[in-house]
Amino acid sequence: MDKKIPILEIQNLNVSIKNTQILKNLNLIINKGEIHAIMGRNGSGKSTLSKVIAGHPAYKILSGDILFHGQSILEIDPEVRSHMGIFLAFQYPVEIPGVSNEDFLRLAYNSKRQYEGHEEINPIDFLNLLNDNLKIVQMNSTFLTRNVNEGFSGGEKKKNEVLQMSLLNSHLSILDETDSGLDIDALRIISKGILHNLKDKDKSIILITHYQRLLDYVKPDYIHIMHEGSIVETGDSTLAKKLELTGYDWLSNRKKNSV
Amino acid sequence: MVSKSKKLIDSDIKVAISKPYKYGFSTKLDIDTIEKGLNEDIIRLISEKKKEPKFMLNFRLKAFKKWQKLKSPYWSNLHFSEINYQELTYYSAPKIKKISSLNDVDPELLKTLEKLGISVSEQKRITNVAVDVVFDSVSIGTTFKEELAEYGVIFCSISDAIKDYPDLIEKYLGTIVPTDDNYFTALNSAVFTDGSFCFIPKEVKCPLDLSTYFRINDQQAGQFERTLIIAEENSYVSYLEGCTAPQYDDNQLHAAVVELIALKNAEIKYSTVQNWYSGNKDGQGGIYNFVTKRGLCSGKNSKISWTQVETGSSITWKYPSCILLGDNSIGEFYSIALTNNYQQADTGSKMVHIGKGTKSRIVSKGISSGNSINSYRGLVDMNKKAFGARNYSQCDSLLIGNLSNSNTFPFISVQNPKTKIEHEASVSKIGEDQIFYFQQRGISVEKAVALIISGFCKEVFNELPLEFAAEADKLLSLKLEGSVG
Repeated sequence: MDKKIPILEIQNLNVSIKNTQILKNLNLIINKGEIHAIMGRNGSGKSTLSKVIAGHPAYKILSGDILFHGQSILEIDPEVRSHMGIFLAFQYPVEIPGVSNEDFLRLAYNSKRQYEGHEEINPIDFLNLLNDNLKIVQMNSTFLTRNVNEGFSGGEKKKNEVLQMSLLNSHLSILDETDSGLDIDALRIISKGILHNLKDKDKSIILITHYQRLLDYVKPDYIHIMHEGSIVETGDSTLAKKLELTGYDWLSNRKKNSV
Repeated sequence: MVSKSKKLIDSDIKVAISKPYKYGFSTKLDIDTIEKGLNEDIIRLISEKKKEPKFMLNFRLKAFKKWQKLKSPYWSNLHFSEINYQELTYYSAPKIKKISSLNDVDPELLKTLEKLGISVSEQKRITNVAVDVVFDSVSIGTTFKEELAEYGVIFCSISDAIKDYPDLIEKYLGTIVPTDDNYFTALNSAVFTDGSFCFIPKEVKCPLDLSTYFRINDQQAGQFERTLIIAEENSYVSYLEGCTAPQYDDNQLHAAVVELIALKNAEIKYSTVQNWYSGNKDGQGGIYNFVTKRGLCSGKNSKISWTQVETGSSITWKYPSCILLGDNSIGEFYSIALTNNYQQADTGSKMVHIGKGTKSRIVSKGISSGNSINSYRGLVDMNKKAFGARNYSQCDSLLIGNLSNSNTFPFISVQNPKTKIEHEASVSKIGEDQIFYFQQRGISVEKAVALIISGFCKEVFNELPLEFAAEADKLLSLKLEGSVG
């Protein structure tokens, strides 16, 4: 493998929300071009980690640091983090009544272009660009005139997230349970979409998932297991298979034993 | 290290909210004013200053007598300290001669108008809109008068109309909104000083949009404007109204009366963008806006449509209404009311169905932010003979933050079983997670709020004339920039 260049470095991160500490001394390094999967029980802090990286204002950073391309991003607004190349596919994408998907996507795309010092793209050129991306997630264009996520099925919402991921083409994409609640066909389409994004070898991905299925399509370089706010185990793809067989019980046992 | 906490973001939002009111400046002018206070002599003086015919003075004096017997309405969901009517000045006019060419206006005044974005000077006037400008108590000029006259359209200040078309005024003034309709109409009828008058003759589709721009400048003067629009058979007119006022620490009173009458097959479209000074972030100052607007669809198939964007005033009390007398006549009310900080709005519409097959539609969008109170109050009245009448009402509220308050008070009265009434209402909130979703996609809080608001208001914007819609959209996002906490 080539020389490793870190894109994301999380150092001794402690995070709380409403006076409850969620993340405890969490450390993680993601290098350029790597695929990481994060697994773990419900409530172990996976979604919190993803939102904290993206800069959700409800979370309080108690100590530690998050570096992106070597620069601390703790003081940086969420929209600027997005422009810098951090993308988060939400576990529960919100509905935005009254705002059409197309307008939303164009504004998002143009905000990033503006940040990069490019001119805004006009609506017609943008539509062509969108149509190419729509094919990746196999959605038809009626999808664009509907309001953002309003009345979308679970699968459509997740496809919309992958569409945005491919459109914004970010350096680091975090997919928070993008595979949850999908039927087999939708899972395949979404996996293909993720792989399409990975054609660029510099792209890094964090997959937060509960299931082996997604990892059959998108093969991770590393698998981490989160437990009570920290990463307690890191391994290769065999770790996921072990989990499929044994569940998470051995984690708590092992912790007890080690005490 | 501590991340940019929520508190910090909240304070960003506060900074953005308290964006200074763009039109808060005042103009130093030579003014012709009278002593403060309200009594019969003052009314005689106003009438004399305006060189009015006798019937007008009688109209005023009668109204004043009625006003003295009336009480300020208490039923609205508004809280404000009592107004001392003896402390107000009822006449204040910039010292200008009535002019034919607006080029000879006091340069200070012209500068003010330019700052407000109104071009009245001959060279720069907007090509498809005729403008009447009312400054405190008087109209300072009307554009395109001659051009409109070729079509038989009369568009002038109501003071001119009283002198030049006394028959029309005597016939219609106070017939749609009776002087003693309520406390404020009686007051207005007694002391109104100016406003606009439009008359569209039979078979004429008014070639230009007509518009009046109201400006309160004087600190002590109340503004009492009076507007009368008459659309004769088969005619059409679109009328726009805009308003601003300087920023003062005390409250100014604005009590207007607008009367519309549409004869057979006539249509009047009346649009308002109200941006009076709304007071500062602590609720100090601002305009008390007590307005009675009513349209009469007197002829068959006539139509009156009210569209309003209410963003200013510390208090808004306003219920543009339609009396649907002619068979198959149509009344419409489209409203956006936005309140921020300590603003209070109690607004809505009354649709009174009298004729057969009459139809009405109410679409009200209330947006409340800060500590504001935003209430929709409406009445749908189906009279005994209103066979086949229909009403559709939709009241949507959007809340921003946790301190604002939104209410809906729809009243329905049905005396005819062959009518149909539909009412829909919704309340939604701009939440932190919605905003974060936008931000994560690289869209700033300001843009996110603007986008959500325009989406929320789309149906009403579609009813506004094009230039107005763009202005209103901009105004709303400006007023709310970053007000999501």
